[in-house]
Amino acid sequence: MPSLRSPLRRALGTGSAHTGAAHWWAQRVTAGALVPLSLWFVVSLLLLPDLGYLTLRAWLAAPVSGFLAMLLVAVLAYHADLGASVIVEDYVHTPGARTATLLVLRGAFLLAAGLAVFSILRIAFAAPNP
Amino acid sequence: MAVRSRPLSPHLGIYRWQISNTLSIVHRLTGAGLCVGLLALTYWLVALAASPVRYAAAAGFFASIPGLALIAGWTFAFFYHLLNGIRHLFWDAGLGFERTQRRVSGWLVVAAAALLGAATLLLFWHR
Repeated sequence: MPSLRSPLRRALGTGSAHTGAAHWWAQRVTAGALVPLSLWFVVSLLLLPDLGYLTLRAWLAAPVSGFLAMLLVAVLAYHADLGASVIVEDYVHTPGARTATLLVLRGAFLLAAGLAVFSILRIAFAAPNP
Repeated sequence: MAVRSRPLSPHLGIYRWQISNTLSIVHRLTGAGLCVGLLALTYWLVALAASPVRYAAAAGFFASIPGLALIAGWTFAFFYHLLNGIRHLFWDAGLGFERTQRRVSGWLVVAAAALLGAATLLLFWHR
Protein backbone atom coordinates (compact mmCIF):
# COMPACT_ATOMS: atom_id res chain seq x y z
CA MET A 1 0.00 0.00 0.00
CA PRO A 2 1.57 3.38 -0.99
CA SER A 3 2.00 5.82 1.89
CA LEU A 4 -0.49 8.68 2.06
CA ARG A 5 1.87 10.78 4.16
CA SER A 6 4.27 13.34 2.78
CA PRO A 7 8.02 12.63 3.01
CA LEU A 8 8.35 15.37 5.65
CA ARG A 9 5.62 13.83 7.82
CA ARG A 10 7.21 10.42 7.48
CA ALA A 11 10.54 11.85 8.56
CA LEU A 12 9.02 13.62 11.56
CA GLY A 13 6.90 10.59 12.38
CA THR A 14 3.91 12.59 13.52
CA GLY A 15 0.28 11.75 12.78
CA SER A 16 -2.99 13.47 13.55
CA ALA A 17 -2.56 12.74 17.25
CA HIS A 18 0.91 14.41 17.14
CA THR A 19 2.60 11.35 18.59
CA GLY A 20 3.32 9.23 15.53
CA ALA A 21 2.68 5.53 15.14
CA ALA A 22 4.86 4.34 18.04
CA HIS A 23 1.96 3.77 20.45
CA TRP A 24 -0.14 1.95 17.83
CA TRP A 25 2.80 -0.16 16.74
CA ALA A 26 3.81 -1.07 20.31
CA GLN A 27 0.26 -2.20 21.01
CA ARG A 28 0.37 -4.57 18.00
CA VAL A 29 3.84 -5.92 18.78
CA THR A 30 2.95 -6.64 22.41
CA ALA A 31 -0.32 -8.23 21.24
CA GLY A 32 1.62 -10.54 18.93
CA ALA A 33 4.01 -11.49 21.75
CA LEU A 34 1.13 -12.13 24.13
CA VAL A 35 -0.54 -14.68 21.84
CA PRO A 36 2.04 -17.44 22.53
CA LEU A 37 2.95 -16.21 26.05
CA SER A 38 -0.60 -16.10 27.41
CA LEU A 39 -1.58 -19.40 25.77
CA TRP A 40 1.54 -21.01 27.24
CA PHE A 41 0.51 -19.72 30.68
CA VAL A 42 -3.06 -21.05 30.52
CA VAL A 43 -2.03 -24.43 29.08
CA SER A 44 0.77 -24.79 31.66
CA LEU A 45 -1.64 -24.14 34.54
CA LEU A 46 -3.99 -26.76 33.08
CA LEU A 47 -1.18 -29.31 32.77
CA LEU A 48 0.00 -28.90 36.38
CA PRO A 49 -1.24 -31.74 38.62
CA ASP A 50 -2.70 -29.21 41.09
CA LEU A 51 -2.47 -25.51 41.98
CA GLY A 52 -1.01 -26.07 45.43
CA TYR A 53 1.72 -23.94 47.00
CA LEU A 54 4.60 -26.36 46.44
CA THR A 55 3.56 -27.31 42.89
CA LEU A 56 3.31 -23.69 41.77
CA ARG A 57 6.58 -22.68 43.42
CA ALA A 58 8.41 -25.61 41.82
CA TRP A 59 6.90 -24.64 38.47
CA LEU A 60 8.01 -20.98 38.71
CA ALA A 61 11.42 -21.94 40.11
CA ALA A 62 12.17 -23.95 36.96
CA PRO A 63 14.27 -21.79 34.58
CA VAL A 64 12.10 -21.88 31.45
CA SER A 65 8.71 -21.45 33.10
CA GLY A 66 9.97 -18.79 35.53
CA PHE A 67 11.54 -16.83 32.69
CA LEU A 68 8.45 -17.08 30.48
CA ALA A 69 6.17 -16.06 33.38
CA MET A 70 8.37 -12.97 33.93
CA LEU A 71 8.20 -12.08 30.24
CA LEU A 72 4.43 -12.59 30.32
CA VAL A 73 3.72 -10.24 33.23
CA ALA A 74 6.11 -7.58 31.88
CA VAL A 75 4.65 -7.57 28.35
CA LEU A 76 1.12 -7.91 29.76
CA ALA A 77 1.56 -4.82 31.95
CA TYR A 78 2.96 -2.86 29.01
CA HIS A 79 0.08 -3.95 26.74
CA ALA A 80 -2.46 -3.17 29.50
CA ASP A 81 -1.02 0.33 29.92
CA LEU A 82 -1.14 0.97 26.16
CA GLY A 83 -4.76 -0.21 25.94
CA ALA A 84 -5.94 1.58 29.06
CA SER A 85 -4.34 4.83 27.86
CA VAL A 86 -6.30 4.62 24.59
CA ILE A 87 -9.54 4.28 26.56
CA VAL A 88 -8.62 7.23 28.81
CA GLU A 89 -7.67 9.40 25.82
CA ASP A 90 -11.08 8.65 24.27
CA TYR A 91 -13.23 9.42 27.29
CA VAL A 92 -11.34 11.81 29.60
CA HIS A 93 -11.31 15.18 27.84
CA THR A 94 -10.17 17.61 30.53
CA PRO A 95 -6.41 18.03 29.96
CA GLY A 96 -5.39 17.97 33.63
CA ALA A 97 -7.63 15.04 34.55
CA ARG A 98 -6.48 13.15 31.47
CA THR A 99 -2.78 13.49 32.32
CA ALA A 100 -3.46 12.61 35.96
CA THR A 101 -5.46 9.49 35.01
CA LEU A 102 -2.79 8.37 32.54
CA LEU A 103 -0.07 8.80 35.17
CA VAL A 104 -2.01 6.95 37.86
CA LEU A 105 -2.69 4.04 35.48
CA ARG A 106 0.91 3.93 34.32
CA GLY A 107 2.03 3.92 37.94
CA ALA A 108 -0.37 1.10 38.77
CA PHE A 109 0.78 -1.07 35.87
CA LEU A 110 4.45 -0.35 36.56
CA LEU A 111 3.88 -1.30 40.20
CA ALA A 112 2.08 -4.49 39.17
CA ALA A 113 4.82 -5.47 36.72
CA GLY A 114 7.54 -4.75 39.29
CA LEU A 115 5.81 -6.70 42.05
CA ALA A 116 5.03 -9.66 39.78
CA VAL A 117 8.57 -9.90 38.37
CA PHE A 118 10.09 -9.47 41.82
CA SER A 119 7.82 -12.22 43.20
CA ILE A 120 8.83 -14.66 40.47
CA LEU A 121 12.52 -13.85 41.10
CA ARG A 122 12.02 -14.39 44.84
CA ILE A 123 10.56 -17.83 44.11
CA ALA A 124 13.24 -18.67 41.54
CA PHE A 125 16.13 -17.71 43.82
CA ALA A 126 14.64 -18.86 47.13
CA ALA A 127 16.55 -21.33 49.24
CA PRO A 128 15.15 -24.80 48.50
CA ASN A 129 12.49 -26.11 50.92
CA PRO A 130 12.16 -23.28 53.45
CA MET B 1 -9.13 25.65 27.46
CA ALA B 2 -12.88 26.01 27.11
CA VAL B 3 -14.69 22.68 27.03
CA ARG B 4 -17.57 22.90 24.53
CA SER B 5 -20.04 20.17 23.90
CA ARG B 6 -19.45 18.90 20.38
CA PRO B 7 -21.37 16.41 18.28
CA LEU B 8 -20.27 12.87 19.09
CA SER B 9 -19.60 10.17 16.54
CA PRO B 10 -21.02 7.57 16.19
CA HIS B 11 -24.45 9.00 17.01
CA LEU B 12 -25.39 6.22 19.37
CA GLY B 13 -29.06 7.27 19.51
CA ILE B 14 -29.62 6.54 15.82
CA TYR B 15 -26.80 4.07 15.29
CA ARG B 16 -27.92 0.75 13.78
CA TRP B 17 -26.58 -1.87 16.18
CA GLN B 18 -24.59 -4.61 14.44
CA ILE B 19 -22.09 -7.37 15.11
CA SER B 20 -19.01 -5.24 14.23
CA ASN B 21 -19.57 -2.39 16.67
CA THR B 22 -20.82 -4.73 19.39
CA LEU B 23 -17.65 -6.84 19.21
CA SER B 24 -15.52 -3.67 19.16
CA ILE B 25 -17.14 -2.46 22.37
CA VAL B 26 -16.81 -5.91 23.95
CA HIS B 27 -13.11 -5.90 23.00
CA ARG B 28 -12.63 -2.71 25.01
CA LEU B 29 -14.69 -3.93 27.94
CA THR B 30 -12.82 -7.24 28.11
CA GLY B 31 -9.52 -5.34 27.81
CA ALA B 32 -10.45 -3.14 30.77
CA GLY B 33 -11.59 -6.19 32.75
CA LEU B 34 -8.34 -8.01 31.98
CA CYS B 35 -6.39 -4.98 33.27
CA VAL B 36 -8.01 -5.68 36.64
CA GLY B 37 -7.19 -9.36 36.10
CA LEU B 38 -3.52 -8.42 35.78
CA LEU B 39 -3.70 -6.84 39.24
CA ALA B 40 -5.29 -10.05 40.59
CA LEU B 41 -2.56 -12.14 38.92
CA THR B 42 0.03 -9.89 40.60
CA TYR B 43 -1.62 -10.36 44.00
CA TRP B 44 -1.60 -14.14 43.45
CA LEU B 45 2.14 -14.13 42.56
CA VAL B 46 3.03 -11.86 45.50
CA ALA B 47 1.14 -14.17 47.86
CA LEU B 48 2.85 -17.22 46.35
CA ALA B 49 6.26 -15.60 46.88
CA ALA B 50 5.43 -14.46 50.42
CA SER B 51 4.50 -17.57 52.43
CA PRO B 52 2.24 -20.65 52.51
CA VAL B 53 -0.17 -18.73 54.78
CA ARG B 54 -0.48 -15.80 52.38
CA TYR B 55 -0.89 -18.17 49.45
CA ALA B 56 -3.62 -20.07 51.30
CA ALA B 57 -5.45 -16.75 51.81
CA ALA B 58 -5.20 -15.89 48.11
CA ALA B 59 -6.21 -19.40 47.02
CA GLY B 60 -9.09 -19.24 49.49
CA PHE B 61 -10.35 -16.02 47.94
CA PHE B 62 -10.14 -17.40 44.40
CA ALA B 63 -11.99 -20.56 45.55
CA SER B 64 -14.84 -18.49 47.05
CA ILE B 65 -18.01 -17.72 45.07
CA PRO B 66 -16.96 -14.16 44.08
CA GLY B 67 -13.46 -15.45 43.33
CA LEU B 68 -14.77 -18.23 41.10
CA ALA B 69 -17.09 -15.79 39.31
CA LEU B 70 -14.15 -13.46 38.66
CA ILE B 71 -12.02 -16.33 37.33
CA ALA B 72 -14.87 -17.46 35.04
CA GLY B 73 -15.29 -13.88 33.77
CA TRP B 74 -11.56 -13.40 33.20
CA THR B 75 -11.31 -16.76 31.40
CA PHE B 76 -14.05 -15.89 28.89
CA ALA B 77 -12.73 -12.31 28.60
CA PHE B 78 -9.21 -13.64 27.99
CA PHE B 79 -10.20 -15.95 25.14
CA TYR B 80 -12.48 -13.34 23.58
CA HIS B 81 -9.84 -10.60 23.75
CA LEU B 82 -7.14 -12.97 22.47
CA LEU B 83 -9.17 -14.20 19.47
CA ASN B 84 -10.67 -10.83 18.59
CA GLY B 85 -7.19 -9.33 18.98
CA ILE B 86 -5.91 -11.80 16.37
CA ARG B 87 -8.85 -10.69 14.18
CA HIS B 88 -7.66 -7.10 14.61
CA LEU B 89 -4.10 -8.10 13.65
CA PHE B 90 -5.43 -9.60 10.41
CA TRP B 91 -7.23 -6.32 9.70
CA ASP B 92 -4.02 -4.41 10.43
CA ALA B 93 -2.37 -6.56 7.76
CA GLY B 94 -5.16 -5.54 5.36
CA LEU B 95 -6.94 -8.90 5.37
CA GLY B 96 -10.55 -9.84 6.04
CA PHE B 97 -12.21 -6.46 5.50
CA GLU B 98 -15.05 -7.67 3.25
CA ARG B 99 -18.49 -7.51 4.81
CA THR B 100 -19.07 -11.28 4.85
CA GLN B 101 -15.56 -11.96 6.14
CA ARG B 102 -16.04 -9.40 8.92
CA ARG B 103 -19.31 -10.94 10.05
CA VAL B 104 -18.18 -14.55 9.77
CA SER B 105 -14.89 -13.89 11.60
CA GLY B 106 -16.81 -11.99 14.28
CA TRP B 107 -19.23 -14.81 14.97
CA LEU B 108 -16.37 -17.34 14.79
CA VAL B 109 -14.52 -15.38 17.50
CA VAL B 110 -17.62 -15.35 19.72
CA ALA B 111 -18.23 -19.09 19.26
CA ALA B 112 -14.58 -20.07 19.71
CA ALA B 113 -14.19 -17.87 22.80
CA ALA B 114 -17.29 -19.39 24.40
CA LEU B 115 -16.09 -22.91 23.57
CA LEU B 116 -12.47 -22.43 24.71
CA GLY B 117 -13.54 -20.56 27.84
CA ALA B 118 -16.00 -23.28 28.83
CA ALA B 119 -13.50 -26.05 28.05
CA THR B 120 -10.76 -24.36 30.09
CA LEU B 121 -13.03 -23.84 33.10
CA LEU B 122 -14.24 -27.45 32.93
CA LEU B 123 -10.66 -28.74 32.80
CA PHE B 124 -9.70 -26.48 35.73
CA TRP B 125 -12.50 -27.58 37.95
CA HIS B 126 -12.45 -31.28 37.06
CA ARG B 127 -8.75 -31.93 37.07
